[in-house]
Amino acid sequence: MAAHLASNELHLPKYVNMKERVAEFWKDEGTTVSPKKHTMQPIVTGTSVLGIRTKEGVVIAADTLGSYGSLARFRDIQRLMKVNDSTIIGGFGDYADFQFLMKLLRQQTIDDEVVGDGVYRDAPAIHNWLRCVLYNRRTKFNPLWNTIVVAGKNYGGEPYLGYVDKIGVAFEEKTVATGFGSYIALPMMRKAMDENPDMGVEEAKAVLKRCLRVLFYRDCRSLNRFQIGVVSAGETSISEPMSADTDWSIGANPSGYE
Amino acid sequence: SNFIIKQWYQRRVAITAGGFYTGGSIVCDLNCEKIHYIADNIYCCGAGTAADTEFTTRMVSSKMELLKLRTGREGRVISALRMLKQYLFRYQGYISAALVLGGVDVTGPALYTVYPHGSTDKLPYVTMGSGSLAAMSVFEDRYKLNMEEEEAKALVCDAIKAGIINDLGSGSNVDITVIRKGEVEVFRPYQVVCQKSQRQGDYTFPRGTTVVTNTTEMVPFSALQVTDEEVMEL
Repeated sequence: MAAHLASNELHLPKYVNMKERVAEFWKDEGTTVSPKKHTMQPIVTGTSVLGIRTKEGVVIAADTLGSYGSLARFRDIQRLMKVNDSTIIGGFGDYADFQFLMKLLRQQTIDDEVVGDGVYRDAPAIHNWLRCVLYNRRTKFNPLWNTIVVAGKNYGGEPYLGYVDKIGVAFEEKTVATGFGSYIALPMMRKAMDENPDMGVEEAKAVLKRCLRVLFYRDCRSLNRFQIGVVSAGETSISEPMSADTDWSIGANPSGYE
Repeated sequence: SNFIIKQWYQRRVAITAGGFYTGGSIVCDLNCEKIHYIADNIYCCGAGTAADTEFTTRMVSSKMELLKLRTGREGRVISALRMLKQYLFRYQGYISAALVLGGVDVTGPALYTVYPHGSTDKLPYVTMGSGSLAAMSVFEDRYKLNMEEEEAKALVCDAIKAGIINDLGSGSNVDITVIRKGEVEVFRPYQVVCQKSQRQGDYTFPRGTTVVTNTTEMVPFSALQVTDEEVMEL
């Protein structure tokens, strides 16, 4: 060892063959069972996320329920996350995978801040990044079991609303909904946009509240407690949890099945 | 697959249906009749397999007529319901008929759904079929008790339109049937939602496009000789 150091040769690091090293390490492990690494099914899940893009800004909504199968287990979770001043994302599907994505995005925002030039990733950039990550994971047969709605604005200040799926499907639209919301809320949101294309943020919030009420009526895995996030020129914020007024009076009327 | 909805309002029943029949992903019939006649005062919309809905409703319609002759009374919606559900349950869901049954009888207006396995529901507003969620969202948003007829027709039409526009398994027009005590009014179509657009160009070939090189005279049949022959069987 000492002789080796005393020589005049250059001490460059030798190339280490990691594959060999790892194979060597695991060579006695053939008989044991390796842990399951691939997400086969979502465990704690969030239901629909809804989004509307108006000329003034983007409004996004999600309820605060984490379902454990058919059990309404966690009734106060945050499914909307403010990434930075230009983006809010909403997560549908497995909550653990969403937390993983939130952690990565939080780190990205810190990285942007550390650079110190005041420029943070905008909504299209985050949408694109999520698409790359989710598509890559699906290609490896280990998906992040989420559908993410990206609501925000681009560098020019124009409102942006995007959708990314667990299989990497990604698009930008005026109205977006995940899960059950795409069957129940999306027709209502589309109709509202068709009738009133110049709607503002407050009107969009009212439309989303109506949709969330109908979703509470019809989606078994929903909760009447939701948050609404807004990204507009003035504000980027997620509201406190609120509830919709529900009307169950028609239930008293006819009864039975015949 | 196709879809239908129904709604009970102010002592009447309005039934609507979209106009589409699909075979896989091909539209078979652009303007089919989905509101089936069961009796003068009872109509039924059918979603699911078209043949199943057609034949099931026809069968129940004939049974209702026989019952009317036997009892000497106007049929009740509940009778048709019992016949439908007992029939479908016997076939354990293999008859894929999802029906919305409605009518006005001596007991008042009635609205029921029948599922392919034979279960039934009694509700003020119902939807069935592939576009049912889109239509149900419209109902849940805007249904009120004791609506006026025009309001109800507009609501039911909007609900079907939501399905036509947002669901790929539904399309074409909205038909409405309003059943009142003593009369039935059929609007077919109530509203045309999807219309085949006008062809932009004329694709017919003008006479003279194909050059005529030769003409032969056609021999009239009467000029041929007809001979009678016996054909021998082997």
